[in-house]
Amino acid sequence: MAIEVRVPTILRTYTGGEKAVSAAGASLSEVIDHLETNHPGIKGRLIEGEDLRRFVNVYVNDEDVRFTGGLGTRVADGDAVVILPAVAGGR
Amino acid sequence: MLTIDQATHDAIVAHARRDHPDEACGVVAGPAGSDRPERFVPMLNAARSPTFYEFDSSDLLALYKDMDARDEEPVVIYHSHTATEAYPSRTDIGLAQEPDAHYVLVSTRDGIDRPVEFRSFRIVDSDVTEEEVSVVPSHDPAVETQEL
Repeated sequence: MAIEVRVPTILRTYTGGEKAVSAAGASLSEVIDHLETNHPGIKGRLIEGEDLRRFVNVYVNDEDVRFTGGLGTRVADGDAVVILPAVAGGR
Repeated sequence: MLTIDQATHDAIVAHARRDHPDEACGVVAGPAGSDRPERFVPMLNAARSPTFYEFDSSDLLALYKDMDARDEEPVVIYHSHTATEAYPSRTDIGLAQEPDAHYVLVSTRDGIDRPVEFRSFRIVDSDVTEEEVSVVPSHDPAVETQEL
């Protein structure tokens, strides 16, 4: 088993058009590092400095990781990770 | 060009007037690849602000799961400007992350009893292109409104 990562339209250039890819890791941070090895460049679209980008939402099993420990959120085989760009703006 | 039915157009305008002076926001979903905005989904502006909008994080996930299940995509992403023109701001442009969507901007700056501006744009890699808006009497199915 692996961890399924759902990729939004705007990041599918990194996944060859795939909507979902599999990854491995014990934390969200490790999952993103694993993604980066298979899909170089994707990490920089998710992380800025030491943290998730402000306008990228990541969910593990439907929970926004901002409320579950951010990049340190624990993940396990069979978990589902969803990445969604925020829909936001302002004058 | 954006082709949108009158009822959906009016629903977007009504939402913008209702939430004035805060920015209103939402999507009109449609079958993937169809370019037909069919299902009006007003969203809560989690920022509740006259100068900023952001879909609530858990509402956003629910919306995308729902669209996935229906094989839909966000054909239109709309929001209102309540004190400025219906043109994407620098923030709007920087945060636009759906290159296939029509970004609809509505301005209620002249007041909710006055006619509103209703304009549509493509925003791709920070390039903004305005497009014509064609309001048609209807396309089926009928507008499905949802309570906020």
